[in-house]
Amino acid sequence: MRVTVRLFARLRDLAGSGELVREVTGPATVQTVWKALIAEMPALQDYERTMSVAVNADYSKMSATVSDGDEVAFLPPVSGG
Amino acid sequence: MAAVAVTADPLDPQSLTVEIAGSGTGDGAIATFVGLVREQNQGRRVSFLDYEAYEPLAVRALNRILDEARQSWPTTRVGVHHRIGRLELGEASIVIVAASAHRGDAFAACRYTIERVKQIVPIWKHEHFEGGDVWLEGATADPDDEAARQAAHRIACA
Repeated sequence: MRVTVRLFARLRDLAGSGELVREVTGPATVQTVWKALIAEMPALQDYERTMSVAVNADYSKMSATVSDGDEVAFLPPVSGG
Repeated sequence: MAAVAVTADPLDPQSLTVEIAGSGTGDGAIATFVGLVREQNQGRRVSFLDYEAYEPLAVRALNRILDEARQSWPTTRVGVHHRIGRLELGEASIVIVAASAHRGDAFAACRYTIERVKQIVPIWKHEHFEGGDVWLEGATADPDDEAARQAAHRIACA
């Protein structure tokens, strides 16, 4: 199945793009998508301890199920205000 | 103008105040917080900031914060506008307005909102300073982290 990966701030800079479309084999979780991503881009790995994740623009968990067409976002620690 | 906005346009505290205060006569206090782009940060001389947001989730998180504030201060109304994109020194990055019958609730709801923004709203500062640039990274956003929420509440009521 196909998912859209969204990356922000320094994660986006490290990946060189804020939006990637990737094929993953189902059944998949956010963790599956992340593992595929860091296999491709090991530089992102350090964020695993500190990032948050979202599915379809709602905060989620690494263990959450991902479906075909979902948007999965990986978010570095936030610094708004 | 809505109570919540994430926008590339310059912020206008006055229009948000009008929006939140409305035309009623029950309010005794309006507390306003305006966050500005500061020249000095951690020993660096800042040139400008570039704010990035995951907009749909940022709007959702801001609405969540207003819901939380309503639970703690049921008679207080809060609005929050966050700017994104390039901001020069001295420009407003965020405006929060809280209107209430009494100043205590207005101040507390206003302070609570900015503390929670810094905890859970997916917005990032890209700081450009003399000699380089850096993405600022603060809190790992977890809206269900009850300890963080309580910490924000304690600061608000201190």
